[in-house]
Amino acid sequence: MSTIELAGVTKAWGGTVAVDDVSFTVEEGSFVVLLGPSGCGKSTTLRMIAGLETVSAGRVLIAGRDVTDSPPSERNISMVFQSYALFPHLDVAENIVFGLRVRKTPAAERAKRLARVAETVGLSELLGRKAAQLSGGQRQRVALARAIIAENPICLMDEPLSNLDAKLRHDMRGEIRGLQQRLGMTVVYVTHDQSEAMSMADKVILLRDGRVVQAGAPDQLYERPANVFTAGFIGTPPMNLLDLADGPEGAVIVGADGRPVLDGAGEGLKLGIRPEHIEMSDAGGLAAELVWSDYLGADTIVTARIGTQTLMVRVPGRHGTARGTRASLVWAPEAVHVFEAGSGRRVDDRQAIAMAA
Amino acid sequence: MSFARSNQVHIYGWLLLMPAAIFLIAFTYYPTVATLAHSFFSDGTALRPSVFVGLENYKLMLEDEVFWKVARNNFWFALGTIPVSVALALLMAVWVNGRLPARGLVRMAYFTPTVLPMIAVANIWLFFYTPDIGLVDQVLGMFGAPGHNWLGDPDTVLGCLIVMTVWKESGFFMIFYLAALQSLPPELEEAAKLEGAGRWYFFRRVTFPLLMPTTLFVLINAVINSFKLVDHLFILTKGGPDNASNLLLYYIYEVAFSFFDEAYAATLTVVLLAVLAVIAIGQFVILDKRIHYR
Ligand SMILES: Nc1ncnc2c1ncn2[C@@H]1O[C@H](COP(=O)(O)OP(=O)(O)OP(=O)(O)O)[C@@H](O)[C@H]1O
Ligand SMILES: [Mg+2]
Repeated sequence: MSTIELAGVTKAWGGTVAVDDVSFTVEEGSFVVLLGPSGCGKSTTLRMIAGLETVSAGRVLIAGRDVTDSPPSERNISMVFQSYALFPHLDVAENIVFGLRVRKTPAAERAKRLARVAETVGLSELLGRKAAQLSGGQRQRVALARAIIAENPICLMDEPLSNLDAKLRHDMRGEIRGLQQRLGMTVVYVTHDQSEAMSMADKVILLRDGRVVQAGAPDQLYERPANVFTAGFIGTPPMNLLDLADGPEGAVIVGADGRPVLDGAGEGLKLGIRPEHIEMSDAGGLAAELVWSDYLGADTIVTARIGTQTLMVRVPGRHGTARGTRASLVWAPEAVHVFEAGSGRRVDDRQAIAMAA
Repeated sequence: MSFARSNQVHIYGWLLLMPAAIFLIAFTYYPTVATLAHSFFSDGTALRPSVFVGLENYKLMLEDEVFWKVARNNFWFALGTIPVSVALALLMAVWVNGRLPARGLVRMAYFTPTVLPMIAVANIWLFFYTPDIGLVDQVLGMFGAPGHNWLGDPDTVLGCLIVMTVWKESGFFMIFYLAALQSLPPELEEAAKLEGAGRWYFFRRVTFPLLMPTTLFVLINAVINSFKLVDHLFILTKGGPDNASNLLLYYIYEVAFSFFDEAYAATLTVVLLAVLAVIAIGQFVILDKRIHYR
């Protein structure tokens, strides 16, 4: 058993509340990502699970046992620190087996496990090297090896890939995920990179200002964002959010040509539509003016303007845009999300109007 | 043209170096060389000019009982002060580095001995050691111990000096350890804690090795200081009684300015310099191999 459960966990330093009444459950053997912008309390939450930070209120349970007041060493947890926290004067092998030595694991057993783990993370050649003489990616793998050699069922990782280049980061994502599945570890992984979260997680917990905004599988967050914050955080580029107003035949986009996009009233609502769900057609859609285009290789992100509001459109292939070109935008009614402008909450009982192509 | 230019650059270079070079030569290198040369000559007077005597002065030194006594004193003094003050400094630094209420105040308190002028400090300690009315005797008197002339007894005088020096040095060395401790990333301790390492284990395997460069620096300073002490002796004992608290540098001062035997003083100085150089080089060579520099 290695379930982690947080019940109403709060952390305050004097007046500042870093984590505010956070509750969630991490199932055994699952990969959970804590996602959120900088300063939202991800690291603090992770450190409270590890026991490196005291909890101001609430309870932390690991494998059903209340560990809120237990020291870190009693929680059977491994952790990969954002800064790796390797011991610079020890060589790679000694760094990896540090914990085994502390627990007085017999030398033969130690050597066996070291060989196996070094093989897994591809460090066999570097065991004699001092930690201070490694590249960033190698250090990261040492930190990872130190975390998995303990064979603890739970591993916490604090932005372990944030210092790597794009290619290495991509490779390491796959390696970490593969390792987690092979060893059946329960992993809590902190990142502020939503694409990392989407590609690795079984479950994403999105935080903002110390509170949980939404928790769920990546596709759930992508397909049914519970509020405008999630909608604006998940996806590259994120969902377009357009202010609506009342119109004679239904809600219209503020500043647009008066075409109804939604049944009923529109005042106080926002319409959400993902860039990849918008198509440019020759005519019959919403009139827009193209402003800018970013060519990304496989596709192009075109920035368009409807009245005073801007939105982005993902177009396959290359798309050159002269500033001021007129275009017509079309989307399917199923792709439309509706949110309350004030509270930001998702509204489900509204029907989008199909666009005549 | 280019020759003139490069010459000009050289002149600028030398001009910029000159102030520092003049002071170094005048006050460090020239005296060192002059002292070395002086030690091979006899002491000149108005009637008998100084003449080259080879190793005569060194032979005299080996036969000088006071020299041997002073050297022994200095050895015990170094052995008594260095390990204790370095260990105390490390201990205090680790303690003051932790979470402690009024941490700033405690740090300052430990550093005070270093800031105070040594003459004032020696006077304070002179009062502590005063027979019967001094602090030491007052405190011991509460337990019924009789008064004792601490600085007047050849058996206790060196010990008194050692205690005072440790008190002064350890606060100074603590500052270096403290600075080194503060530069260690706190995640190292957290990582060790997660692995279940206790405080002592972590200190032994991580903190102490990472502090080795500081330890080497502090050790060399401690050794040099232990051979450099004179100011306390002026106030406290003047080397007495019967040279029981006399140390090398103070003895050199006596020979040169009380007995006016400059040649012999030069000889002793050369020996002191040689001893210090050998110790410092030895420390570097032996410890350097085991030190992890970041
Ligand atoms: N020791 C501390 N004392 C006071 N406030 C703190 C302390 N540590 C963190 N905070 C505050 O708590 C909030 C959350 O910090 P935390 O480190 O958890 O953010 P994070 O989500 O990990 O951000 P990042 O992505 O930048 O690492 C921040 O506003 C931070 O300023
Ligand atoms: Mg963080």
